[in-house]
Amino acid sequence: MNWQLPLMLAQTNDSKLEELRIRTEAISMPGTAVPNSSLIREGTSNPFATEYWFPTQASSFAGEIDFLYMAIFWISLVFFVAIVGSMAYFCIKYRRKDGVIAPEPSSSHNTAIEILWSVLPSIILVWIFYVGAETWFEMRIPKENAEEIQVTAKQWGWLFTYEDGDQTNELHLVRDKPVQLIMQSEDVLHSFFVAAFRQKMDIVPGRYTYAFLEPIKEGTYRLSCNEYCGTGHSKMKTACIVHVSEEDRKNNTKWIEAEKLPFENGRRIYQIHCSGCHKVDGQAATGPALNTIWGTDEEMIDGTKEKVDGNYVLNSIWYPEKHIVAGYGPVSKMNSFKGILDQKDVDYVIAYLKELKNPTEDAK
Amino acid sequence: MVDASTRHKLFGTPETNFLNCSKGWKSWAFTLDHKRIGIMYLIGVTIALFLAGVFALVLRTHLFYFDSGMLTDAMYNQMFTLHGAVMVFSFIIPSIPAALGNIVLPMMLGAKDVAFPRMNLASFYLWIIGTGCLLAAILSGKGLDTGWTFYTPYSIDTDTGVIYATFGAFILGFSSIFTGLNFLVTVNTMRAKGQGWFKLPLFVWALYATAIIQVLATPVLGITLLMLIAEKTLHIGIFDPKYGGDPVLFQHFFWFYSHPAVYIMILPAMGVISELISVYSQKRIFGYSFIAFSSVAIALLGFLVWGHHMFTSGQSQVVTLIFSAITFTVAIPSAVKVFNWLATLYKGSILLNTPMCYALSFIFLFGIGGLTGLFLGALSTDIHLHDTYFVVAHFHFVMVGGTLTALLGGVFHWWPKIWGRMYNDFLGRVGCFLVFSGFNLTFFPQFVMGSRGMPRRYASYDPEFQAFHQLSTLGAFVLGTGILLSFVVLVYAAIRGPRCSSNPFRAASLEWQSSSPPDFHNFIQTPVLTDPYDFESQVYDEELDTYIPREFADPSKVPARTEPVHH
Repeated sequence: MNWQLPLMLAQTNDSKLEELRIRTEAISMPGTAVPNSSLIREGTSNPFATEYWFPTQASSFAGEIDFLYMAIFWISLVFFVAIVGSMAYFCIKYRRKDGVIAPEPSSSHNTAIEILWSVLPSIILVWIFYVGAETWFEMRIPKENAEEIQVTAKQWGWLFTYEDGDQTNELHLVRDKPVQLIMQSEDVLHSFFVAAFRQKMDIVPGRYTYAFLEPIKEGTYRLSCNEYCGTGHSKMKTACIVHVSEEDRKNNTKWIEAEKLPFENGRRIYQIHCSGCHKVDGQAATGPALNTIWGTDEEMIDGTKEKVDGNYVLNSIWYPEKHIVAGYGPVSKMNSFKGILDQKDVDYVIAYLKELKNPTEDAK
Repeated sequence: MVDASTRHKLFGTPETNFLNCSKGWKSWAFTLDHKRIGIMYLIGVTIALFLAGVFALVLRTHLFYFDSGMLTDAMYNQMFTLHGAVMVFSFIIPSIPAALGNIVLPMMLGAKDVAFPRMNLASFYLWIIGTGCLLAAILSGKGLDTGWTFYTPYSIDTDTGVIYATFGAFILGFSSIFTGLNFLVTVNTMRAKGQGWFKLPLFVWALYATAIIQVLATPVLGITLLMLIAEKTLHIGIFDPKYGGDPVLFQHFFWFYSHPAVYIMILPAMGVISELISVYSQKRIFGYSFIAFSSVAIALLGFLVWGHHMFTSGQSQVVTLIFSAITFTVAIPSAVKVFNWLATLYKGSILLNTPMCYALSFIFLFGIGGLTGLFLGALSTDIHLHDTYFVVAHFHFVMVGGTLTALLGGVFHWWPKIWGRMYNDFLGRVGCFLVFSGFNLTFFPQFVMGSRGMPRRYASYDPEFQAFHQLSTLGAFVLGTGILLSFVVLVYAAIRGPRCSSNPFRAASLEWQSSSPPDFHNFIQTPVLTDPYDFESQVYDEELDTYIPREFADPSKVPARTEPVHH
C-alpha cells in the first residue's frame, strides 16, 4: 500500500496542497488545461442563481439536488418575506404612540385561519419530502452495470482500489460511467464527500458502506473527509479526476499496479483458511458451499433471511456466531477470524466469491 | 376595598426583599430560595457563555486566513470541541430553564418556591461540579478533541481528556434532570387556587414541555456516556469495532438524547417570546391553545426524529426515509407559533423597548433557522449539506439566534422585577442591534460556504472560502461586542439603575403582583388570580407609578373595561 501521498497531505499546509494539486493535474492529465472545476463557478454574483450557491454539477443527480435546494430557497424566501414583512409593518403601524396603551380590539383566536396556516405548509412539506426522497433513491441505489471501486480511508489519507486490483491515491473516474464506491475505514469514522457530485457517505470502521455516483462532467474535483477524524481531519483531502474515456483514464493515471487480480488473492486466502470446511464444488461440508452463495438470500437457523453481501461476509468471517445458515446450527462450528483476516483480506475473499459465482478467469 | 397604605405595602418599593433579607456568603451558598438559586445559575451560565464565547472568538480569529498558523490543527480541534461542549452542556441547556425559569416559574404560579427547594440547590451544585469536570479536561493538560458529540471510535482512541469531559456531561445531565423533575412537580401541584392549565402563562407550558424532555431523555445520555467510559477503560465491545462494537449505535444513543435536547434549548425560548410579544403589544396572545399544545407536540415529536442527524451515517435506508418524513412534521408546530406571534402583533399597542427588540430579532433569526431546517430535512439536499458549514449556520441560527436572543430578551424583561431597578433602554437597544447585526454577519456567509462544500471542523480550508470566513469573523466580534454591552447595561442597572415600580410594563401574569424586588416569600399577600393575557385586569396607579390589579385599585379611579372579560 502506498500511503506516501496522503501522509504528505496530512503534514503539509495548503500552499503545499496547491502544489500537490498542480502535480496531480500534471500526472493525471498531461497536456490538457484543467479548469479547477471544484471551485465556484465563474461569473456569478447573483445570490438568486443556482450558480451562486453551488459548485459545478458533475454528477447525474447534482442538477436534481440543486433544483430542490433552489425550490426550497424560493419557498423559504416567500415565507420569510411574508413573516418579516408583516412583522415590520405591524411594528410601524401599531407602534405605541406617546406612551398611550390603546390596542385596537381584535380577535384572539380564529380556528379557521389557524387550521389553514397549519395545513397549507404541510402540503408544501409533503412535496419537499417526496422530491428529496426521490433523488435520494438515485443516490443510494446503484445501477446494475456500475463499476466497483473500493475506497479505503484512514487517518489521514485515501486509497482507491479498482476492479483489477490496481490502486491510486486520487480517485479516477470515467465520464458517464456509473460507479459504486465500496468503502471501509482502517481506524475511525471518515466521510467521503465530493461537493461537485453532491454525494456524501460516512465510512464506518468494521463494516462496508456504499455510495453510488455517475460523473457527467470531466474535470478535477476536490474530495474531502467530511466526518471529524482527529488532528489531520482538515488535511484529509485528495483529488477526484473524471476522465473523458476509459482509455484516457488508463493512460493518464499513475497506477500503483497490483501483481495479482483481487480474486486470485482471495482464492489463496480461501485455500489457506477456509477450504477445510467450505467447498466450492457445491458439496456441503462442515460449512455451506461457497461457489454460488454470493448475492443469494440464505435462510438462517432462526428462520430469517439474510442477503449474502459484503457486510454479511465480513460478519461471517469475524463473528461467525452472528448468522448461522439453516442446517449448520445450533452453534457455530467456525472460529472467528478477527485478528487473522483484516477487512482488506475480506475484500479479496468477496472478490473470489464473486468470481466463483460469475467466472471471468482473465488472469493477468 | 384596599386602602392606599396597603397598596403601598404590597406594590411599593419594599424595605426588605429577597436580596437583602439575609446577608453573607452562606446566605447565598446554602439558600433554598428559588430566586437566589436562579441568580446564582444566571451568574454561572454567564461565566460559561463568556468562556465558550472566548473560545469562539479564538476559532474565528484563527479562521480569518485560510492558511492561518495561529493555532495548530490539534489546538483548533480542542478549541471547537470545548466551545461546543461548554456552550451546549453548561450554557444553553440550563440557561433559560434553570436560570430564568427558576426565578419566574414559581411566581407565575403564585407559589412561594419550587416543590423541592433542596433538590433545586443540589441541581446548581451539580452544575458547578459538572462544569468543573468539563473544564478539568483543559486543566489536566490533555484537552479534549472529539467534538462535543464524542463520536466513537475516535473518542475511544484519543488520549485527550474524554473521561473528564464525559463524566462532566454525565453530571450536568443529573443537574438538568433535577431541574426538570422539580418543575414538573411544581407545575402539577403548586398552581394558585383556581389556576387551571389554560390559565397558565405560555412560558410555564413551555417549561413544562421542556421538563418532560429533561426527565425522559437525559438518562439516555447519562447511560451512553457511562458506556463510553466503560468502553474506553474496559474495552467491553459496545461502540468500538475493534472489540466487536458498533460506532453507529453510539450515534443512535447520543442523538436519542441530543435531538430532544435541541428542544430543551428552544422550547423555553419560545415560551419567553410568547410572553414578550403579548406584554409589549398589550394584546391577548393569539391562539393560546395552539401555542400551548404546539409546545407539547414539539416535545413529543422531538423524540422521534433523532435519526435525521444520521442520514449519511450508514444507518438502515428504510429508517432514514422514515426519519426524514417525521422530521417534517416538527416544522408545523414551530411554524404555527410564529404565525400566532404575528397575529398577536396585529392591532396591538407595540412598545419597541429592549426586550421587544430581542423578541422581534428572535422571530427574524428563528425564521431563518427554521426555514433552513427544510433544506436539511429533505434527504437529497441533506446528503450534500450534512456536516458542512450550512449545518453550522443552521443550528447557530436556532441556538444562538433563537435561544440566546430569547434569553437576553427575557433577562431584560424580568430584570426590573428581580432587582427593582430599570436598565438604560437606549443602550439596551444598541446592544440588541449589535447582537442582531453581528449575528447575521457571522452566520449568513456560512450558508453560502456550506452550500459550496466547505466541511465543518476544518482547521484550514481552501482559499476560495476566505472572503466568507473573514466576514464571519468580523461578525463574531460585533456579536461579542453586543453581548458585552448588554452585560454592562444589565450589571449597571442591577447596581445603579433608577428604582422601578412593581409592574412597569403592565404585564398581567402573577409574578408582577409582587414587589420589585420580590419579598423572600414572593408575595406578602396571596395574589389575585388574573388571566395572564388580560391586560385590562391591571390598572394604573398614579401614586405608585405602577400597574396593579383592579381588585386593589381605588374603585373611583378604575376605568371601565373596553373588552368583556374572557372566560
